[in-house]
Amino acid sequence: MFDDFSSSFIIQHYNYWMVIVLMMVGLYIVVSRGNLVKKIVGLNLFQTAVFMLYISVGKIIGGTAPILTGNPDEVYSNPLPHVLILTAIVVGVATTALGLALIVRINERYGTIEEDEIADIEQEIDRQESA
Amino acid sequence: MLSAILAHAPALQTVVPLIAAPLCVLFGRRHLAWAITLAASLISALFAAYLLAQTLDGSVISYELGGWAPPLGIEYRIDAVNAFVLFIVASVGALVALYARESIEQEIDPALHVYFYTAFLLCLTGLLGVTITGDAFNVFVFLEISSLSTYTLVALGAGRDQRALTAAYNYLIMGTIGATFFVIGIGFLYMLTGTLNMADLAERIAALGDNRTLRIAFVFIFVGIGLKLAMFPLHLWLPNAYSYAPSVVSVFLAATATKVAVYVMLRFLFTVFGFDYGFQAATLQTIVVPLAVIAMFASSIVAIFQSDLKRMLAYSSVAQIGYILLGISLLNKPGLTAGIIHLFNHAVIKGALFMAVGAFVYRIGSSRIEDLRGIGKQMPWMAAAFVAAGLGLIGVPLTAGFISKWYLIQATLDEGAWWLALLIVGSSLLAVIYVWRVVEAMYLAAPVQDAPVKKAPWSMIVPTWIMVLASLYFGINTELTGKAASTAADLLIQATQIEKAPETVPGAPAAGE
Repeated sequence: MFDDFSSSFIIQHYNYWMVIVLMMVGLYIVVSRGNLVKKIVGLNLFQTAVFMLYISVGKIIGGTAPILTGNPDEVYSNPLPHVLILTAIVVGVATTALGLALIVRINERYGTIEEDEIADIEQEIDRQESA
Repeated sequence: MLSAILAHAPALQTVVPLIAAPLCVLFGRRHLAWAITLAASLISALFAAYLLAQTLDGSVISYELGGWAPPLGIEYRIDAVNAFVLFIVASVGALVALYARESIEQEIDPALHVYFYTAFLLCLTGLLGVTITGDAFNVFVFLEISSLSTYTLVALGAGRDQRALTAAYNYLIMGTIGATFFVIGIGFLYMLTGTLNMADLAERIAALGDNRTLRIAFVFIFVGIGLKLAMFPLHLWLPNAYSYAPSVVSVFLAATATKVAVYVMLRFLFTVFGFDYGFQAATLQTIVVPLAVIAMFASSIVAIFQSDLKRMLAYSSVAQIGYILLGISLLNKPGLTAGIIHLFNHAVIKGALFMAVGAFVYRIGSSRIEDLRGIGKQMPWMAAAFVAAGLGLIGVPLTAGFISKWYLIQATLDEGAWWLALLIVGSSLLAVIYVWRVVEAMYLAAPVQDAPVKKAPWSMIVPTWIMVLASLYFGINTELTGKAASTAADLLIQATQIEKAPETVPGAPAAGE
């Protein structure tokens, strides 16, 4: 498949490259950052990349919004991915809200939102329990 | 009148808990919320039992949501496979609702009880929805409804232990990554076929033949669901979530959530993708079989060294999921039957075990094994329930666990993999060790304190013993589970070409589609 791996191949698929880059940036933030809020931001980027993947798939070059105009030659974009992603955005917002709410509670109880400090506190609790 | 209601049973069994959930908040009274929860989950369980009875003979019910015909409309499609899982989820849900009232009195702040019931009903809705739907994107939506409410339920454990919050947070991160992987896979399938209806997807995928996009879609869906069902290296969220969640939540999650994820895996592997191209089959046999075996051993060994009973049971769950996955990935009918039977049996057994632990937590406020010394004399009913269910976990004859392992070993011998049979027996011996540790503490050690511990309330003893008796009953009389599981296995295999693979000419259209 990489026979035609040329600049035109890259340019023709630029939406996929953007999706891949954004997705990996998001996933990297989730994995590498110790700050709980930053992790949620990374998760959001990761999800947004998937939204873009869906939306760009529904795009048809020269297509308009899918509203019936009566013109039989009209080309429409596929609205179904858009609708699916509306649902997925709602899910994403709910996830973010819940994640942030949890972070508020964690901050109240632990006094920090840094992962390694939380791990230290939890180890201390473990030690007290087994003592 | 009744027949008009029953005609809508597929939609109603999901909609009833969905509507009941906001009612709990609206009324705002915790005892009323409990009554609503119990009623809604019982109604769902009745509908699920009705659907199971309708589909046990192998017939398929197709319900068009809102009257829109599939593949354009969303279809609820019920066959023996998901009717069986629906029945497990809904009946466990009803028992857990009964059990919850007393259990959360001790563990959750009374002001939050209403929200507990709401989240519980939403979680039930999500799990039932995932199971019943015949639409791939619908699976994602219901999966997220159940997951989001699960994170909330786990976090409610913060009243007893603040680590519940971080457990819920980590579960949220992992669960969302899993769900997003799943939705990427669905996206690729949609790009490839232009449809989201599972039956339609299966037809079009079979017509298209093997290609790179299909493989990528398969891998994303496989890893995404693998995260949700705690497949071995992806199980890291599970031990913390189960051990710090309120006891009743541990009961519900251990008995249902991972089981539903296994069902989704089955549905996609067999019904949607099929095994026409060898790629999926090779993935299962070269990746899942070793992972399942590692899960069976590594998690059982880790379970032996736990000092907290809930944590021990959580690791044991990861090991038991290994058995289920092993059965499925053998790719023959006995293996699939074994996987589905163990899905049911493990739900009953682990539910009973966590219920017994919940009762210990209720009375002595701890689930650490050293605090449970002598509990066998002080809470004889619950300790006996734990032992009876524990025997099932090991797989002692006359318990449900034995039936699962019997089928599983038979399936491995059918494949000529006698070494797998030996490994199954070997890992069962590890279960003997970790169950024995608890039995020893409960019955043979001197009690921690002399003050008598009151027995658990009846509303906890009754559901626990229903579960225990079910696990014993299904160990002796395997008619219902055996029939449901083998019908389900038949249906799944018909959807693929495993049995016929050698005779099929490459590129020939899928038979039986």
